[in-house]
Amino acid sequence: MTETIVGRGASRGGALFRDWFQEISQASERDRKTAYVFVMGSLGEILRAFDLLPIFPEINSLQTAVRRVAHDFLARAEDYGYSPDICGYVKADVAVQLAGGEHPMGRIPRPSLAIATNACNTYIKWAEIWERMHHCPVFTLDIPGSRSASFDEMPGSPGFERDRLYVQRQLEELVGLCQSITGRELSLDRLRQTMAHTNEMSRCWKEVIALNRSRPACFDALTEGTIYLGVLNALRGTEQGEIYFRELLEEMQHRVAHGLGTLHEEKYRLMFLGVPCYPLFRRFHEMFAEWGGTFVSSTYLWFAAGGMDAGFQYDLERPLESLAQGVLRSVRRAMDSMFFPSQPILRAAEEFGLDGVVFHPIKSCRTVSTGLADVRRDVMERCDMPSLTIESDMMDRRVVSEAQLKNRIDAFFEGLASRRLRAAGKE
Amino acid sequence: MKNLLPDWTGTSLDERLELCRDLVEDTEFPTVHQWKEQGGRVLGHFQVYFPEEIAHAAGLLAVKVRGAQLETRQAESHFGSYLCSILKSSLEAALSNKLPLDYFVSHPICDAARNLAAIWGRNLSYPAQVLYLPQNSRSAAAPEYLREEYRRLADDLGGVSDASLAESIAVYNRGRELLEELYRIKRETPWLLPVDEAYVLVALAGLIPRPEYNTFLEATLPLLRQRPARKTDKVRVVWEGGFCEQPPLDMLRAVARSCYVVDDDLLIGLRYILGQVPLDGDPWANLARAYLEQSSYSPVQRDEQRPKEAMLLQRIRDCGAEAAILAAAKMCEPGLDEQVAYSKTLDEEGIAYFVSEFEERMTSFDQVQIQLETFVENLVFD
Repeated sequence: MTETIVGRGASRGGALFRDWFQEISQASERDRKTAYVFVMGSLGEILRAFDLLPIFPEINSLQTAVRRVAHDFLARAEDYGYSPDICGYVKADVAVQLAGGEHPMGRIPRPSLAIATNACNTYIKWAEIWERMHHCPVFTLDIPGSRSASFDEMPGSPGFERDRLYVQRQLEELVGLCQSITGRELSLDRLRQTMAHTNEMSRCWKEVIALNRSRPACFDALTEGTIYLGVLNALRGTEQGEIYFRELLEEMQHRVAHGLGTLHEEKYRLMFLGVPCYPLFRRFHEMFAEWGGTFVSSTYLWFAAGGMDAGFQYDLERPLESLAQGVLRSVRRAMDSMFFPSQPILRAAEEFGLDGVVFHPIKSCRTVSTGLADVRRDVMERCDMPSLTIESDMMDRRVVSEAQLKNRIDAFFEGLASRRLRAAGKE
Repeated sequence: MKNLLPDWTGTSLDERLELCRDLVEDTEFPTVHQWKEQGGRVLGHFQVYFPEEIAHAAGLLAVKVRGAQLETRQAESHFGSYLCSILKSSLEAALSNKLPLDYFVSHPICDAARNLAAIWGRNLSYPAQVLYLPQNSRSAAAPEYLREEYRRLADDLGGVSDASLAESIAVYNRGRELLEELYRIKRETPWLLPVDEAYVLVALAGLIPRPEYNTFLEATLPLLRQRPARKTDKVRVVWEGGFCEQPPLDMLRAVARSCYVVDDDLLIGLRYILGQVPLDGDPWANLARAYLEQSSYSPVQRDEQRPKEAMLLQRIRDCGAEAAILAAAKMCEPGLDEQVAYSKTLDEEGIAYFVSEFEERMTSFDQVQIQLETFVENLVFD
């Protein structure tokens, strides 16, 4: 059993991902309608109910970095006029669009529709680029976030209901737009089906994340976690996705039951804040793993899942109303994990038994990175937690220095080791 | 409350412009301190647009937080790299208490600035919050949502009655008339009002109560009209890229040496609503609808019916400009994104443009001036 189940999530995740890209590549040949969407508020449930194929340009872009060809794409977009100082995902995608959809993993079709939420401002600017290039309809979905750290509007409160109603009205308008694009009516039964799939995926995802409280951790939040996250987004609202996450949960439960960790010896349990360094994806992980450091938790698994880590369960009896509530709560949670993460970090420190927190601000993503230095100060004031800040990028290798990263990481672990020695001496 | 400006009655136009310049460049924000000393409360609102009418009706002084020429000694450690200057200098002004506030509001205008309310909240003792202005501005649900968002803000400020909001809208309507008049002078007789002088006259609005500002402008605009200045053969241009971080005044002066800036988006948030907000009916709904339906444009506000590049073309045509200066603050993502769309559109339309980056802390402008002069010469001799 152990031989077949362990590692299944990663290998099947990779295979599903390749299949999904193949489906995307074939979309234009089969004249299939597509929607460009983003991970925070992808609305896969509605899109799948209309048989619109969701395409995630964020994921397309990060794939160019993982495959170490991002620099060619960035250079093409910069030659076109885009500044070196804007989001690398946007630029890689612009280059893909300029090349007629040519991508290392296949061919990206033109969008029949684009949906951008306000969870990231660059989403909106990016969608405007497609609007200009492809003259496609762009739907902007406002999801009002928390107004402050102490903002606590729960379902049923007048404030929450006002925001929910706003989201619901917009979703109804989106349904109308999808109907005009596809020429078909929304089937509420089909919508319930996609929502039910998402319910199960969310439930499993929440449990998978919680299982990493075990010692040793059953998966690395940065490497394996990113694979799972890819499937979570790509197959949201599908039966395939539901099956995958059930099996993933089964794998993690098995790993925990058998004490199977990700490293030979897990010495330090870490939390990661930010977006991964995709240009050095494996190497970045190794620089921590070599010291016995495992990422047991990461805000990336929260916000890049569009807040699905909350495990929100749609009420299928009142689909659109519940979808609005779920989108509002989940995406708001995703935003909170970027802008107000102090409390969740302090909670994770206890629940996951953290030895340290790694802050990874990057040049390309100001949404996630702008507040990290301040959050670090805040967390350090509120608890005695060692931390490390390292800067690099998610796309642009020109601002990634492996040697500098390694120096900082090595020094961090030396500090953790001497802290542990000191603590042992006191005992 | 006493007036915040020193007595300017009987002073010359040059003296009044100097007064504005001094106040706008003063990093100690003396008018704000004076207001506080009189027992007043201050609401600071970060760029771009904020419905000042609500703060005014609640009895607060609404101050535009637009950065400052400050050394960012304290603020630097709260931010990472690759960020624009206005974030840092605005936080510095607050942390150092040079800009003493009782309330801070920001709107998620960009990926960086949307973090500000959270950072403020972690470091300053007064309330800091986000005002979510709609990006889906054409949704049928947007006006009602925004009306409720305004009411929520007002409740948080201690409550505002319909009558006091309506009165406040009337005060700001008068301010809008005066600012429109100021821009008319710039457009029709740009030799009477160089861009740097127009800028300080507008920026003053973000530092003092609007009734006092209106009185000042009412008395000063006639002096501008009577100014004994001669028309020269400078090129008429539009400045685009001043919606958030502000270029140093010296940079605007350098531009004014070779160009008539006949329209611009400098401090556009203070001039965002165009025309008059209706005074009949529900003032909350009127204010919300005015933002959505009778407003200007900026790279940080989505409106599918008014693409930014089409709006820029309209601005250029409406003011009879021959060229555009497409500026962007360093590290300003929306500004840099929009520069591409603007330049492609102007290429298609055969309109000349000059691309430039700036930073509020720049101190040398010789190069910009030489490049701009060359650009202008090319236009003149083309």
